[in-house]
Amino acid sequence: MNCHQSETAVNGVKPRKRVALLGMPNAGKSTLFNRITGASAFVGNWPGITVDLLQANVNVNGEAIEFVDLPGIYDLNGFSEDEKVVQQFLNKFAVNFIIIVLNATQIDRQIRLALQIKALGFPAIILLNMADEAKHYGVQIEVDELSQRLAMPTFLMSAKYGKGYGRAYQEIVRQLTTEKPSFQIKNLNEQLLENGSILPLEIEAILAGIVVMPSNFARTFTAKFDSILLHPIFGLPLFFLGMFLVFQLVWNVGLPSMDLMSYITTWIQNFILEPILKVFPLLIQNFVINGIWNGLATVASFVPLIVLFFIVMAISEDSGYLSRAAYLMDALMGSLGLDGRSFVLQMMGFGCNVSALMGTRIMRSKALRLLTMLTITFSLCSARLQVFIFIIAATFPNQNGATVLFSLYILSFIAALGAAFILKGQFPNQEPFVLELPPYRFPTLKQVIMRGWGEVMHFIKRASGFIVFGCVAVWFLTNLPLGATGLNTFGGQLGQFLSPIMQPIGIDPYLTLSLVFGFIAKEVVVGALPVIYGMNADNLTQYITDTVTWTQAYSFCIFCLLYTPCLTTLATLFNESKSWKYAAFSVVFSAVFAWVISFIFYQGSLLLSL
Amino acid sequence: MKTIINNLRMTLSELKPGKLALVQHIETSTETNGLVNRLEGIGIIPNKPIMVLRQAWFGGPLHVRVGSTTEIAIRHQEAKTIHLQPIEV
Repeated sequence: MNCHQSETAVNGVKPRKRVALLGMPNAGKSTLFNRITGASAFVGNWPGITVDLLQANVNVNGEAIEFVDLPGIYDLNGFSEDEKVVQQFLNKFAVNFIIIVLNATQIDRQIRLALQIKALGFPAIILLNMADEAKHYGVQIEVDELSQRLAMPTFLMSAKYGKGYGRAYQEIVRQLTTEKPSFQIKNLNEQLLENGSILPLEIEAILAGIVVMPSNFARTFTAKFDSILLHPIFGLPLFFLGMFLVFQLVWNVGLPSMDLMSYITTWIQNFILEPILKVFPLLIQNFVINGIWNGLATVASFVPLIVLFFIVMAISEDSGYLSRAAYLMDALMGSLGLDGRSFVLQMMGFGCNVSALMGTRIMRSKALRLLTMLTITFSLCSARLQVFIFIIAATFPNQNGATVLFSLYILSFIAALGAAFILKGQFPNQEPFVLELPPYRFPTLKQVIMRGWGEVMHFIKRASGFIVFGCVAVWFLTNLPLGATGLNTFGGQLGQFLSPIMQPIGIDPYLTLSLVFGFIAKEVVVGALPVIYGMNADNLTQYITDTVTWTQAYSFCIFCLLYTPCLTTLATLFNESKSWKYAAFSVVFSAVFAWVISFIFYQGSLLLSL
Repeated sequence: MKTIINNLRMTLSELKPGKLALVQHIETSTETNGLVNRLEGIGIIPNKPIMVLRQAWFGGPLHVRVGSTTEIAIRHQEAKTIHLQPIEV
């Protein structure tokens, strides 16, 4: 789940052949796609398709082949956004063949999708994935016989561990080297009406005698785990305890790692950057050190922490526990016009709001989607996490940091629920709630490392774009007109201009300026502070400790958490809703909401003279 | 040995945790059209064994096992549309 992906790569020659991956959610389709395509995947735009699709051009026997990863769907006849995307794609674009990815453990029901594809006449091969899990469950499949009955090449394999993949890949190559014209279906919707329904008897007939499923009463590892984690009384407290421990870990492991990073960046500044810059005029030195380097170095110091955070996120997503959280929270979310999936997406928004917003495509009701998206923008994303750690570390010098941080996560969650409560009347929905609970799984070390690496690359991309731009803009504003200092600069004046609004919530003109630029991306808030104050991170921390009270700092955090999401989030809100009015509403609503909550907190703390 | 208890009809919403039943049919109406597709995709089709594992607090969703290897969370409202025939094992 990379966020902020927008570019469409053009890789020279347009491939002549196309292969589409199709499968149900939780069948391991993405893992397989990664195995086939390596790291070459990019997000492509398809005319007439409402969302971007993940694709890759892979060299097979000297020929470039286009592989497209279609969204996971339960039914070709379905009505969700994802299901419509698959229908649009198959209706519009020819394919050489389809790779149908099924979870072998659940072949008793997933075979339905294969039968639908077969009934429509698509050339296809079937990969029965998760062979390891199927074996563990005691599911037995006579693959050769099944292949004959379906008249489709069928392979049992594990995309996660690679077992059986070699044979499956050979078949993919074989299919691609035989010269066959690509297949274009004529009027998919009509064909679906005619052939799309699969009768239960057909499924029974195709599997009869060759598939053995385990007992309905099997006590699996997952069942034992669930009896604790989904316990009616202890389930929810355990969930929040787990969350608290995660933030303890992020705090206690992440902070020392920041010191290491700032040691490295200081070394680079002292022994490489400054000697080189000596030959340049003072203004240029000032621009490079204070305008770009300090900001960038401060943001870079968070990289190990963010990688650690995303590894924890990856483990909790891949483990299957997040869908359990949806089960635990559904009763509460339902009373606010949301459902359990909204809660899971809010949790995923802790990583990055953008990917969580795109995750709402699994919802069928537009009203539920729009309401969920509004609540996701209050999720404390990893960029905001950097701001808070920086501020909290400076203003809560004792051991309470992790607890203060956790309180902001709780606030983020409560704000999302509060927003839903205020707005649920505007977005009434009747969306049914049926959610699969996959068995508990352990991610492989490779998956975890890949994820961490992806985040590092992602950071470098953002650092070289948004963050440098933000820091440079802030430098110009705080250094012009030439010779002016402090509040006399353009930036200072902008901060002062806004101070009638920001003073009542305890935010001074300098911090206001950082928030203005935080609109681009929240990392810019962190990057902008050293630029605004003209100090490196260590001196800045000391300066903030001396000049900002903890109530002002906390009010700043509340405002930063809740006000207008970043530019990319806003663009995603518009793309997913196709409504300027909705996107504008989100900006205004969150800004007002942020101000009101900060105001209540700050003025309340003054009244109580904390 | 599975025996079908005749003359007993119920919905998934009424099935006691730990008891097995066979799916009989899913109620259809114009609003739930998309729901039927989703339920079929998840494996809830006639004659499929189905079991409630547990129920969440405060009238929350049911944790249901469909067949032997698929588990879902489903609200009572949706569970009421799934008609069952209880069986004794």
